[in-house]
Amino acid sequence: MKRTLQVVMLLLQALLLPLASAAELKVFACEPEWAALTQELAGEHADISVATTARQDPHHIQARPSLIARLRNADLAVCTGAGLESGWLPMLQRQSGNPRVQNGRPGLFEAAMQVERLEVPQTVDRAMGDVHPEGNPHVQTDPRRIARIAEALSARLQQIDPSHAADYAARLADFSERWQAALARWDKRAQPLRGQRVVAHHKGWVYLFDWLGIVEAGELESKPGLPPSAGHLAELKAELATNPAAMVVRAAYQDDRADRWLARETGIPAVELPFTVGGTPEAKDLFGLFDDTLERLLQALK
Amino acid sequence: MNSRRLLLAAACAAPSLAVAAGANFNPDIALILSGTYGDFKQDPETYAIPGFPLAEETGPGEEGFSLGESELSVSANIDPDWYGQLTVALTGEGEVEVENAFVQSSALGNGLTLRAGRFFSAIGYLNEQHAHSWDFVDAPLAYRALLGNQLGDDGVQIRWVAPMDLYTELGAEWLRGEAFPAGGGANEGRGAWSAFVHVGGDLNASHSWRAGLSYVSAESDERLTESEAGEDLFTGDSDLIIADLVWKWAPEGNSYERNLKLQAEYLRRRDEGEFTPAGGAALPLDVVANGWYAQAVYQFVHGWRVGLRHDHLKTDDPGNVFSGTVLDTQGHTPARNSLMLDYAHSEFSRLRLQYNRDESTAEADNQWFLQYQMSLGAHGAHQF
Repeated sequence: MKRTLQVVMLLLQALLLPLASAAELKVFACEPEWAALTQELAGEHADISVATTARQDPHHIQARPSLIARLRNADLAVCTGAGLESGWLPMLQRQSGNPRVQNGRPGLFEAAMQVERLEVPQTVDRAMGDVHPEGNPHVQTDPRRIARIAEALSARLQQIDPSHAADYAARLADFSERWQAALARWDKRAQPLRGQRVVAHHKGWVYLFDWLGIVEAGELESKPGLPPSAGHLAELKAELATNPAAMVVRAAYQDDRADRWLARETGIPAVELPFTVGGTPEAKDLFGLFDDTLERLLQALK
Repeated sequence: MNSRRLLLAAACAAPSLAVAAGANFNPDIALILSGTYGDFKQDPETYAIPGFPLAEETGPGEEGFSLGESELSVSANIDPDWYGQLTVALTGEGEVEVENAFVQSSALGNGLTLRAGRFFSAIGYLNEQHAHSWDFVDAPLAYRALLGNQLGDDGVQIRWVAPMDLYTELGAEWLRGEAFPAGGGANEGRGAWSAFVHVGGDLNASHSWRAGLSYVSAESDERLTESEAGEDLFTGDSDLIIADLVWKWAPEGNSYERNLKLQAEYLRRRDEGEFTPAGGAALPLDVVANGWYAQAVYQFVHGWRVGLRHDHLKTDDPGNVFSGTVLDTQGHTPARNSLMLDYAHSEFSRLRLQYNRDESTAEADNQWFLQYQMSLGAHGAHQF
């Protein structure tokens, strides 16, 4: 009898242990880049789980049971916003029973909404494809915008976890210093890319192009979110014949058949870019993401 | 130079912010436009499943052109504490019906969610989903015969997600008891209740699953069903259990190009009480019916999916006193096989072709469906 009681107590302890160690902030990152940024800014204070990988298209994610379970326990959800996750995040929010991460609460951080967005449409019509009324959401491809998002995210961390506010502020200062140094290095390195014409698979690179001064020479998708069609590719090929481009770029999760076809037909290189942390073996963190993005673009230029 | 560009950009961004803020106060409006063309060998008007009293609107659908399952849905956060949704649908038989009209809490916390109003019960897997998110044109036979296609009723629901890494959800509902297999709003308009548990998780990045176990207790007070012979009445208790399993696969979790969805459910219902067949006297009844379906849907290239489904139904023979009535099984075991091919040009439009070899009765039916489903307006997020 006494033994049974002991076993029960042990079991209870084992069950409650995860709750006891819940002193740290539980963070649900929608995409790997925001997990990496939170890691930089919160360090050991955050227990971060990331909902998607670089091999997955963040527009098309299943509202999986495992994600509901993780969002249920989250103190903070760090997502892109601007409609990128509108096919799955609202379902997770509604099923999680977690008021902290609902719209308008401090526990929902939307990175894209912290910076100026490009391609904000004057009118929204699905005939234009999968356009977002809030503008293009793929802000993580511009390190200048990441710097601004880092400031906003650090402020948010300090707001919801005031006990570690000083440490979050110190970490932001450290990160910003390293980031500005890297930015200067990248800007210098990227000089040869300025003014180059580049074809994009999806409208996922406008911020990268905006930063590097690259001119977008066209897209493989005729409309955002629709797969490249043969007719559209033929038009693009004809256009590139008169006005050539340096390369065609895609994200790791995108099917490369149309890219390879265009590369074969026009003789320009098809380049796979990491798009987010983990997209290539070299893109291990945010610094690696831009180191490798530039490396691959410059390699293709040679 | 740089600062001038920033200024210009800020000026451009300002009006868009105003638009976004304004739009947030309008509810999300989602419209599903759906149309079906049906071709049957047998007359769908005389459709029956021997041994099973069928709820209203549970046939194979209309022959020829119909607007079945078009729906209009309006939803929004009401305030920081509540979310609300109204869905009005055209049924397969062309009638307008309020499918959903509920409010749901969003601020209870601790994984708790409370819902009140009219909603699809969270029992089983398919039951809670709207018909336009089903992978086939029609409901599985077991849903058709044992749940009247889909159990939706007025009532309250509470759900709790446990604070664990393994997704575990417990829930219960207390319902009016107007919807099949209950009927007549027995027990002064609170004649049914249910309890369910869902668990789920990921095996790795490519595989994820969800399993569930549900129970429904439904009381009937002169529940009316129609058959060829006329109107049948049932007064008594129905106990229903459902076991369900869904398994999804996509290479590295990237479902855009290829993915596979396997799904199976087992339903078992026991009816105990008095059955009054059309034109007859009340007779004591105690029968157990069960059914299952299993289906696989495979997207082999972006936009194109092929699906296969098998249905099976079985019920006790209630005895000679019921021979010639709707409960007479006629020694037949109903079954059905379905084949489906659909194409989605974008995530907002879908065209579907489906063939059923329907052996609901001893005389097999060949059923062909051609369906379009288009979604307009708000980008509705879908359940797993």
